[in-house]
Order: sequence, then structure tokens, then C-alpha cells
Amino acid sequence: MTGMTGFYALVVICLLATVVAGLVRVIGGPTRVDRMLAAQLFGTSGVALILLIAHIEEVEGLVDVALVLSLLTVLAAVAFVRRAWE
Amino acid sequence: MVLDWLAAILMTLGLVFFLAGTVGLLRFPDVYTRLHTVTKADNVGLGLIIFGLAVDAQSVWEVVELFLVWGLVMVASTTAAHLISRRALAQGITPWKESS
Repeated sequence: MTGMTGFYALVVICLLATVVAGLVRVIGGPTRVDRMLAAQLFGTSGVALILLIAHIEEVEGLVDVALVLSLLTVLAAVAFVRRAWE
Repeated sequence: MVLDWLAAILMTLGLVFFLAGTVGLLRFPDVYTRLHTVTKADNVGLGLIIFGLAVDAQSVWEVVELFLVWGLVMVASTTAAHLISRRALAQGITPWKESS
């Protein structure tokens, strides 16, 4: 269990690296959709990150945070399609 | 010990999928292919990481909760993918084809 914590931390760092790489799409676009897709990617990666941190820190409540984040991600997509993408 | 290795292997595989998802988002040519990589590859990656965490879980409820999260994320990203691709088609964005 304790030996695994370092490995989990490594996984967290790698996930963060993929999120940072995805930021290139947010900056570069070229269109609004591409930026939105990067946000969708952050939603999935973010859930993975939060679940890993919940496990490392042994904070049960963070799992609920992950649930809320995934709901917010889909709400962002709905709002984008309905309102921001003419 | 064996379980630790199993968790490590599952999570490493999950990372590979997440990496593939990011590479696809950066390198694929149009909105449909990018949607495909963001919603498919990343959900498999998340699933593998969740399997890895479930191997190490302390209670049955923890495992159930992890899989509930995965299920919700899959339903959510499927819905988002359908909405975005339908809207893209309605706007007349044509799917990319190899230049012929």
C-alpha cells in the first residue's frame, strides 16, 4: 500500500502532463469546437486525477467531487452546443 | 503484492490510452476525428485506471462507487459527443477525407 503511493503519484504527474499538452488545443483552436473538445478531455482526465488523489490521500469525499466534475463537463458541452456555437 | 502489480499494469495501460487521446486531439485533422479520440480513448483510459484503483480498494462500496463514476462519465461523454457531432453536421462541417 505505502509502496504504491509513489507509483500513484507518478501516474498523477503523467496525467497532468497529458492535460498540459491538451492546452495547446485550447490556445491554438482553430475553432471553438476544438477548444470545447479540449475541455471535454480535461473532464475525463480530471475525473481520473481526482479519483487517484482520493485514493492516495484516503479522502472518501473526493469521489463525489469527481461525480460533480463529470456532470459539469457534460453540462458545459450542452450549453456550448445550445448557446455558444452559432 | 500480486495485486499491486496488477494495479500498476492496469494503470500504466490506462495512461497509454490517455496519452493516445491527447496525441489524437493534437494531431487529428477535423472535429469528428478529434471527438472520436477524446470520447473513446479517454474513457478506456479512465476505465483502466478505475480498474486499477478497484483492485486496491478497501471495501465493496468503494468499488461500486468507482464504477458508478465510470458509468456516469461514459454516459456523459457519449451524450456530449452526439450533441457536438450532430451540431457540426447541421452546420455543414464536412468530415475530413484523405486528400484525393
